[in-house]
Amino acid sequence: MKELKLMKGNEAIAEAAIRAGADAYFGYPITPQSEILEYLMLERPHERTGMIVLQAESEVAAINMVYGGAACGRKVITSSSSPGISLKQEGISYMAGSELPCLVVNVVRGGPGLGTIQPSQSDYFQAVKGGGHGDYRLLVLAPQSVQEMADFVGLGFDLAFKYRNPVMILTDGALGQMMEKVWFDEQKPRQTVFPSWATTGKSTDRERNIITSLNLDSLKQEKHNQKIQDKYKKMKENEVRFEKIECDNAEYLFIAYGTSARICQKSVQLARERGIKAGLLRPITLFPFPEKAVLELANLVKGMLAVEMSTGQMVEDVKLAVKGKVKVEHFGRMGGVIPSPDEILIALENLIKKIS
Amino acid sequence: MTEEIIIAGFGGQGVLSMGKILAYSGIMQEQEVSWMPSYGPEMRGGTANVTVILSDERISSPIINKFDTAIILNQQSMDKFENSVKPGGMLIYDGNGISRHPERKDINIYRVDAAEEAAKMESARTFNMIVLGGYLKIKPLVKLENVIRGLAESLPERHHSLIPVNEKAILRGMDIIKPVQEL
Repeated sequence: MKELKLMKGNEAIAEAAIRAGADAYFGYPITPQSEILEYLMLERPHERTGMIVLQAESEVAAINMVYGGAACGRKVITSSSSPGISLKQEGISYMAGSELPCLVVNVVRGGPGLGTIQPSQSDYFQAVKGGGHGDYRLLVLAPQSVQEMADFVGLGFDLAFKYRNPVMILTDGALGQMMEKVWFDEQKPRQTVFPSWATTGKSTDRERNIITSLNLDSLKQEKHNQKIQDKYKKMKENEVRFEKIECDNAEYLFIAYGTSARICQKSVQLARERGIKAGLLRPITLFPFPEKAVLELANLVKGMLAVEMSTGQMVEDVKLAVKGKVKVEHFGRMGGVIPSPDEILIALENLIKKIS
Repeated sequence: MTEEIIIAGFGGQGVLSMGKILAYSGIMQEQEVSWMPSYGPEMRGGTANVTVILSDERISSPIINKFDTAIILNQQSMDKFENSVKPGGMLIYDGNGISRHPERKDINIYRVDAAEEAAKMESARTFNMIVLGGYLKIKPLVKLENVIRGLAESLPERHHSLIPVNEKAILRGMDIIKPVQEL
C-alpha cells in the first residue's frame, strides 16, 4: 500500500532511503540539506530496518565511509550541499575508479566558495563532467518535485548497482526545503545477497576480490579506462530520461531541469496566454544528457532558451546537441536568486525579437 | 481553482506553521498543495515568509511573484509584498506595528487585529490561528473541519490537547476581520 505524506524534499529523500532498503547513510550537516541527517536521526532506521545512520567528523570522512560500505556491496547513501560536495570529490573519483555503486545527493546552494545558503544550479559542470580528477562520469538524476526526490532514491540505487558507478541526485535548496504531497512505496527489505565482486570475506572456492583504483601499469590502466567508458556509452544508450511539456506545436522551447523546470512550466502557461507557442523540454538525466531529443526539437522550433540558476552551464550541452541548427540562448539568475516566471517570459520575448 | 498565497511577517509569529496547516487542510480535501518557505537566517528572527499554493490541478511553479492573497503581519512585509498582489486580489493585514497602511486601490483589503485579540484571549501563541480564521472567513477555500484535521496532522500528538484553543482562535478571527476596502 502506498502512503501519502506532506514533506520537505530533504525529508522525502531520507524516508525514501529507509524504504529503499538502504544499508547505511554517512553524512555531515550543511544548510540547506541538514534535514536529511536530522530526519534519519529522529526516525531511528536502525530500529525499522537495521539501517545505520552516522554523522561523520567531516565530509571527507563520510565519503570514505561510503567507500567502505560500498566495497562490501552495501547500499550506501550520503548527502551534502555544494561546498561539502567539493570536499567529497576525491572520494567520489576513487569510487568511480574502483567501480563502486553509491548514491550521492547534492542539494545545491549558490557559490563559489561558501557562497550563500539559497538555492542555485551552479554545480552542473561539477556533477555531469566528472567533478573530481580523472576521466569519469556520474549518472546524474535531476528531480523537479518532492515526489521525484523520493522516487529517484530507489531508482538511483538500482542504476548505481546496475552500472557499478556512483549516481548523483542533483537538486537544490528550493526543492530540499519545500513541502509537497509525496506518495511512498512500501518498505523494501534490505538485501541479503551481495554482488560477486563485494569484499565480504573470501571463501575457499574463488579468487580474492580486490577493490582499488590504483593501477601502476599504464596499459592496464588504459584498458580499465576503456571499460568504464564503455559503461558510460551504455548509459547513453539505455538511461536517457526526459519530459516534454507542450512541445507538440511549440515554436519556442525552454530547456530547464529541477526547480527551473518547475518555474518554466508557469512561464509556458503565461506565454501561451499571450499567444506565444512555448514548450518545455525537461532533462531528467543530466548525464546522460537527452541529446537526441534536443536535436529532434531543434528541427521543429525557431529558438531555444536554456534556463538555469547559474551563468550558463547546461546551455553548453544544449548547444552541442543542437549542432547549430537553431539559435540557443541562456537565461539565469545567480547567487541564490530564483528567477520569477515573468522574468523568464521576458527573456523569451527578447529571444523572439532577436530571431524575427 | 488555484489559490496562490503569501504569508509574511516576523520569524516566531507562526508564519511557516500557519502555511503548513493550510497545506495540510488542502490535502484533507484532496487538493494539490505546495509550501515554499524562505529559509536561513529568517528562522532566527528577522522576516519570514511562505508561499502556499492550493489547487485542483497539478501545480506548475511553487515559486511565484504575483499572489491572489497576501497575508501581511509586519511593516517590512507590507513594503515588500503589497505590490505583489494581483489586481483584484486580496491583502489581509494585522494593524499592530504597521506605520504605513496599504495604499493600493485595485485590490480588496481587510484588517484582522490578531495580535491585540491574542493578547485579550491571553493566548499569544494562537495569534496565527486568529489570522487564519480571518482569511477563511473571506475565502472559505478549506472547510473548518478540514483545518482541524490538518491541525491534528501537523501537530505532534502531545500537543493535540491544544486543538480546541486553536479552533476557538480561528472562530474568533472569523468574527473580528473587517473590510478596509472592497472592490
